[in-house]
Amino acid sequence: MDYLISVATIAGIYIIMALSFYMPFMTGQISLGQAGFMAIGAYVSAICTVKWGIPYVPAVLLGGIFAGIVGLILGLPALRIKGIYLLLLTLGFGEIVRVVAINLKYTGAAEGFPGIPYQKYTLLYAYGMVLILIIFFSRLRRSRMGRAFQAVGSDEDAAEIIGVNIVSAKLLAFSVGAFMAGIGGGIFAHYQEYVEPLMFDIMHAIEFLIFTIFGGIQIFWGPIFGALALTFIPEFLRAIQEWRMELYGALLIVMMIIRPQGVIGLDTVRALDRLFRNALGKEWA
Amino acid sequence: MILQQLINGLMLGATYSLVAIGYTLIFGVLGLLHFAHGEVLMAGAFMGLYIIMWSGLPLYIALPLAMVATGVLGIIIDVLAIRPLKKDFHLAPLLSTIGVTIILQNLAVKLFGGYGTRFPEAIETVNYKVGPLLISSTNILILGVSLFLMVVLYFFITKTKVGKAMRTVAESHTTAGLLGVNVDWIVLLTFGIASALAGTAGVMIGIVFHAITPFIGLTFALKGLVVMLIGGLGNVVGAMIGGLILGMAEVFSIVLLPTEINLQDIFSFGIMIIILIFKPTGLFGTRVTQG
Repeated sequence: MDYLISVATIAGIYIIMALSFYMPFMTGQISLGQAGFMAIGAYVSAICTVKWGIPYVPAVLLGGIFAGIVGLILGLPALRIKGIYLLLLTLGFGEIVRVVAINLKYTGAAEGFPGIPYQKYTLLYAYGMVLILIIFFSRLRRSRMGRAFQAVGSDEDAAEIIGVNIVSAKLLAFSVGAFMAGIGGGIFAHYQEYVEPLMFDIMHAIEFLIFTIFGGIQIFWGPIFGALALTFIPEFLRAIQEWRMELYGALLIVMMIIRPQGVIGLDTVRALDRLFRNALGKEWA
Repeated sequence: MILQQLINGLMLGATYSLVAIGYTLIFGVLGLLHFAHGEVLMAGAFMGLYIIMWSGLPLYIALPLAMVATGVLGIIIDVLAIRPLKKDFHLAPLLSTIGVTIILQNLAVKLFGGYGTRFPEAIETVNYKVGPLLISSTNILILGVSLFLMVVLYFFITKTKVGKAMRTVAESHTTAGLLGVNVDWIVLLTFGIASALAGTAGVMIGIVFHAITPFIGLTFALKGLVVMLIGGLGNVVGAMIGGLILGMAEVFSIVLLPTEINLQDIFSFGIMIIILIFKPTGLFGTRVTQG
């Protein structure tokens, strides 16, 4: 049971991370810096609790806010550039965060930052955050801003012509995504009880990308499904566990060939919706 | 002292150039950031290592063999992971090559272990004293081979018929197809050449550092990307010069900046971010001289 809970907790944190990747992705921005933002959230919140004695919830929030501010600063130049330039910028950013963490004596440098207070109810906090994000994303989808995000994501020029402020849309999406990653990092740090720079390398940023791309990129249920499926399935199939990363890679290629929109697409959501309506009768609608 | 560092910088830079040329060739022809290029380099280094170890062939035969093997690997990647993709999702090729990166790196860790593998003594190290300078045979070999390959590539792209076809494909796939260029074949060839150059760089890295790990791919991929940005995306000559610039800048940053913290890693990313912010087209412009 303990084991199941620990897997579920990690899955919850990964859902937050996958959604943090999905947020800027909605506006067409691919960020490979999410592990970097996660590191910022983890380190800042750990400094808050360990060095300054700030309680858990405000510490994690501070970590998120700090990551969000860094995201805002990084997002400013990111606006001028797009496509692979942005990918490279976020890649470089992620590496810089890691190198800074390796050299920062204040947080234990390469040996890691030990003695972070353990949060017993991490599972509840993680899924509480996931619930908040689900509500946020489902409201966002129907809101003015959310539609603007989708417009920017599908065609930037067209969105600008119909009057969407693409600068604020992209910047907002980028820094909110960074904020989410920071929160995820804070929760992660207080569950692991210690953090080290190796936990936030580029391969982890790519892992969050895979969760999202595998799960689906048309609607926020995709990243949630992707993070859950790709965390739980390898845990229970030991044979897969050893070859997990190779399978992720192959999965990514195969998905791109047969179903680039991911497992959960808009069509899946509509089909499920219809299924529910039929099963529950007219009252459901 | 400064001249000595200049030679070290040029040597380092020449390997960066070879990596960056591969990136920039593929970017020019396909508009694709070939994310797995660094892993191709790593695979090339290991293939070179095993060719030298098992066959005991001298370097001047082993190196071309490793180049061919890495070139074939690049072609396989194109056939399996790039060509079958549908055209309607523009991020698909990039994500697919990220998949290739993960597979190659993790397979390499399983095959060769996560620690360094000793690279065999491929050439006898002889030090020549030229005035105050100390030039080793390794230096000469690496600079010589890289410059030779770059010159050959330059003339191949600018002067030969196939090279011209490559530049046409870089301009527009449709137009090139209409003009009778076999686009698929050119893309395949580009992957082959780019990967062979990466393989060369991989073997050279093995010779210089005496050991290789499955993780050298990412390090040199990032350097190669920085160089490609300095030179401008798709600009082959820019990549050649950019590599030498970064190599020298790095060597001098080690000499001039305080050494107690690991600055040279941040240094190249710092350059990258500054270029991205202020001059995203690179110092030499994108596609100004597509050759």
